[in-house]
Amino acid sequence: MTLLEARDLQTRYGPGCPRCVESTGDRAGTNQCPHCGSVVACADADLSVEAGEVVGIVGESGSGKSSLAELLALERDDDATTAGEVHYAGHDGNLLEVDYETRHDLRTGEIALVHQHIRDGLNLEFTGGGNVAEKLLSAGQRSYEDVRARIRELFDETEIPVARMDDPTSTYSGGMQRRVQIARALATDPDLVVLDEPTTGLDVSVQARVLDMFRRVQREEGVAAIVVSHDLSVVRLLADRTLVMRHGRIVESGLTDRIMEDPHHEYTQTLINSVI
Amino acid sequence: MNDLPTQRSRERVTMTEHTTTDDVLPDEGTPVATDSVDAALESLDSDGLEGYNYAYLDEHTKREVRRSVLKAVAIPGHQVPYASRPMPLARGWGTGGIQASLSILGPEDTFKVIDQGADESINAANIRRLAENTADVPTTTDTTEADLIQSRHRIPEEVLTDEQRLVLQVPITDALRTVDPSDAANRRRHAHKNYGKMWVHLYENVVEYGEIKISSRYPTMVAGRYLMDPSPIPRWDVPKLDHADHLTVLAAGREARLYAVPPHTEVEPLAFDDRQFTVERFPEQACHACGSTDTYLVEVSEEATEDGDNAFETRYACNDASFCAKRRKNPDLPKDHHLEEAVDWGPGTPDAPTDDAGTPVEQGGAGE
Repeated sequence: MTLLEARDLQTRYGPGCPRCVESTGDRAGTNQCPHCGSVVACADADLSVEAGEVVGIVGESGSGKSSLAELLALERDDDATTAGEVHYAGHDGNLLEVDYETRHDLRTGEIALVHQHIRDGLNLEFTGGGNVAEKLLSAGQRSYEDVRARIRELFDETEIPVARMDDPTSTYSGGMQRRVQIARALATDPDLVVLDEPTTGLDVSVQARVLDMFRRVQREEGVAAIVVSHDLSVVRLLADRTLVMRHGRIVESGLTDRIMEDPHHEYTQTLINSVI
Repeated sequence: MNDLPTQRSRERVTMTEHTTTDDVLPDEGTPVATDSVDAALESLDSDGLEGYNYAYLDEHTKREVRRSVLKAVAIPGHQVPYASRPMPLARGWGTGGIQASLSILGPEDTFKVIDQGADESINAANIRRLAENTADVPTTTDTTEADLIQSRHRIPEEVLTDEQRLVLQVPITDALRTVDPSDAANRRRHAHKNYGKMWVHLYENVVEYGEIKISSRYPTMVAGRYLMDPSPIPRWDVPKLDHADHLTVLAAGREARLYAVPPHTEVEPLAFDDRQFTVERFPEQACHACGSTDTYLVEVSEEATEDGDNAFETRYACNDASFCAKRRKNPDLPKDHHLEEAVDWGPGTPDAPTDDAGTPVEQGGAGE
């Protein structure tokens, strides 16, 4: 069953002109329009996500991965001009055009985003438990003990010491903060989680543990995920299918194994050969 | 400004020395001697209130405030902006309350002002006198006799009726400011009834203290729609707003916004299903003056009468001074004594002793 289907997604920063899309992209070798100076962060992006599937998005920094992920997670940036269509199972119409309230409901219940920057996703003054509780309380939970029990369960699942749940999030280590973000994202049993650079800033051993944990939880819960990373090994470990982005365009897509073993696009070949 | 005939004639009398020939007098005020403060005071022969409109504010201002009050009544708990004029006292000292009171007051109304439960605080007395002088209204300290009550941080102990209106002074209008200082973000939250942040605040409160310990400004849902800051009344008073018979207008002068709880409106303090809203408790305590155990008590520290060697003792006293005075005369007076039907008004103190009256003394800490 197709969970999410996106067509012609586009995010642009700047005034824009009729020649923006044709003058940028992989062939043009830039994402900035030479005519009006606008940055086309992503364009012509089509993708679909099946229920329970993990889709990886790789590409170098500035290739439009995060812009695409934010569009899919219904995160709005007031500075950007966006276009395209996102259809989601069980909802009529284009998710990019829904009103604030529907978007808020979708974001608290069905589509969760794990932000690249911790400060965007967590309130560091709240306790770790409080950050997870916010999701549950926004969704309408009104029993304190039920909320506490669910937080304990999620902390257990994401391997955060339950004893620390009442400490301020600012006192947590980087790895724990990532885990809290993931626990928060999973709190209301969403159908889709978008992870934007889930392991950036973590040392390798912690990276491995966070990824292991996420892979286990993702399989147990059967939640679909979109994993954005510049790190090929992260995508290789988690994703069933992979999209490769460059200059704001998807240049190649296919099963992760096929992309890794038999890259077609010149850029993908360079990317895979350059893995240390 | 001065279009009331009575005022014009009064002014003519006081300004004879320097009067001009023009029939329409410009308001030049009264000349005073400038040699010394005493001389200046000596040369005054009135309160200097000539030329002011009825109830101090001009008619357009009053009309604008009344319109905002009507809007506030129509959307219970929603904050309505209004112009908020400069008043003859500093903003933050009850200017919002005064503007609402003076706009609603009519000559047939009886006015009562309380400040933290006391009628005799300087601020309350001055506001009362301003209304007396400019709006020509009788004033009272008896809650049951008042038609309009302006209050800072308390709702009286005696039951308010559908004949009465309560104006509360508000320092901070938005309950959400506790969790987010951005008014723009908070307005969006109100528009979408998105109060998740406030719920996290309550959650963290329970985590820290085992119960919700917000002492005043308790976040309260009005008519199931808007989250309201009920002004810094103690938690004790919040249940009195629920399905009350009287109209409550809450006005902030500094923030230039007002909001209202119309009569018979549902007012529900936020709380978890399994962590209930609780009011303040005064176990084992009774008012030292009247012996009440079912009123909101405050601690008063007083010099002990026996040995004056800097010995202070802490006693409890009723916060509502006028009801305390009545209880001193009649210790069994119920809070709904003036009504035919019994009314459930606010909380009692279940864990306070039934009758452990302190010795009634003449000068109580709560004033007269």
